[in-house]
Amino acid sequence: MNQTTNATETSLLNKGLAQMFKGGVIMDVVNADQARIAQEAGACAVMALERVPADIRAAGGVARMSDPGMIREIMAAVSIPVMAKCRIGHFVEARILEAVGVDYIDESEVLTPADEEFHIDKATFRVPFVCGCRNLGEALRRIAEGAAMIRTKGEAGTGDVVEAVRHARTVQSGIRHVCAMPSEELVSYAKEIGAPVELLRQVRELGRLPVVNFAAGGVATPADAALMMHLGMDGVFVGSGIFKSGDPAKRAKAIVQAVTHFNDPAILAEISTNLGPAMSGVAARTLDSANQMAARGW
Amino acid sequence: MRVGILALQGAFAEHAAMLAGLDAEAVPVRLPAHLEGLDGLILPGGESTSMRRLAGLTGLDSAMRAFGAERPVWGVCAGLILLAACIRDEDPCLGLLDITVERNAYGHQQESFVADLYVSGLEKPGMPLQGVFIRAPRVTRCGGGVQVLAQVQGQPVALRQGHILGSAFHPELTTDNRMHRYFLNMCVAGSAPKETSRDRGHDEVASG
Repeated sequence: MNQTTNATETSLLNKGLAQMFKGGVIMDVVNADQARIAQEAGACAVMALERVPADIRAAGGVARMSDPGMIREIMAAVSIPVMAKCRIGHFVEARILEAVGVDYIDESEVLTPADEEFHIDKATFRVPFVCGCRNLGEALRRIAEGAAMIRTKGEAGTGDVVEAVRHARTVQSGIRHVCAMPSEELVSYAKEIGAPVELLRQVRELGRLPVVNFAAGGVATPADAALMMHLGMDGVFVGSGIFKSGDPAKRAKAIVQAVTHFNDPAILAEISTNLGPAMSGVAARTLDSANQMAARGW
Repeated sequence: MRVGILALQGAFAEHAAMLAGLDAEAVPVRLPAHLEGLDGLILPGGESTSMRRLAGLTGLDSAMRAFGAERPVWGVCAGLILLAACIRDEDPCLGLLDITVERNAYGHQQESFVADLYVSGLEKPGMPLQGVFIRAPRVTRCGGGVQVLAQVQGQPVALRQGHILGSAFHPELTTDNRMHRYFLNMCVAGSAPKETSRDRGHDEVASG
């Protein structure tokens, strides 16, 4: 329709699309077939990329934005929203993805950072961005730059949920801390955690982040997904956990159901039954610092 | 007043907050049993493919169809798609509203837009409602019994057929609760589909 929108309207529309993802599962896919499996399983969006994080880890080297051709193939294959990743700070990759017409861009630590000091000025884009975080300060810095959605970083490609749990708990605990704080402490606290005080005031008023917050990084089972929902996340990204498992279609469906029925253990027991092998994974604790993706971003 | 909100996936919390502000009780609906004793049901925005698959697994789709035959249902965006009698390139889901819709007809997220709307039957009719259209469906056909309550560029974006209400936009993302008031009035008026009718024309004025 090519309507022009002002910055306030763009922000409403872009945060609003993330609100439509809530209670849903966003799945990493590397081709049109996988995208169709994800859509059929009930994914609320897909992340188009050339290699899932587990394979990026295995391959080593520099990980970059995917070929626009493969992203377009995936966009043509499904009717649900399509996201794609660019490197941290690589605003030209982001402009390319915007021109391709993706529905969301993930400025992602899973790819090799292009800038070790600055993230993208996301407010200057029409297309929305999601960014990873480990704590409240990092989440609010990304929102200040224009991110319309936040996710935990977790430790992508490991199949180990421990870092996602740590990041979710750290953000939630930061929010509770701010809510309990007398207003005169806010400015100093903003300085301490490196977050804009205006956003801290919003958090204090809302009792939550001012944008949707998903879990990501290491989710491999329906129980993992339900755990993240119990920790207050709005939904779940699953990267390598589905298409690196024994029966991706079945596991994808089970994880979608687990996010909806996270508070119903009887249903979780039923959908966790006979799923076949989960991705084998690697314990996040055994990774040396060069292999910790979560440490990327500032 | 107890109003259910389909809570399988999507923006159900936003509708619950709107209802709380209007002193109505919001009941999350995830399983067929949750429909019991409700005065109305809201189908929120989200991904229709995700919602309909989840609804199909537990029989909630047929339970909602039976519910909607008797009692008020309001579908928003993805919820409007669930209500439609025909969906382009897909099988219909609930078939409670005699329209044809085309999903994502306006394009991808960068084509999402905001437009001022004048919805007939709302309070303060001269005051525009901020219409938030996010990857919205387009209504390409309206049956004879369907009233068009609002249009954007000649396209119907709010519709009513008896006790079934549909909107392609998201009033739950704004602070304007007039659409929610309108739907609660439909719930108060009760299920009585007698005054509705498939044989009334397009020009009927909404009674609220």
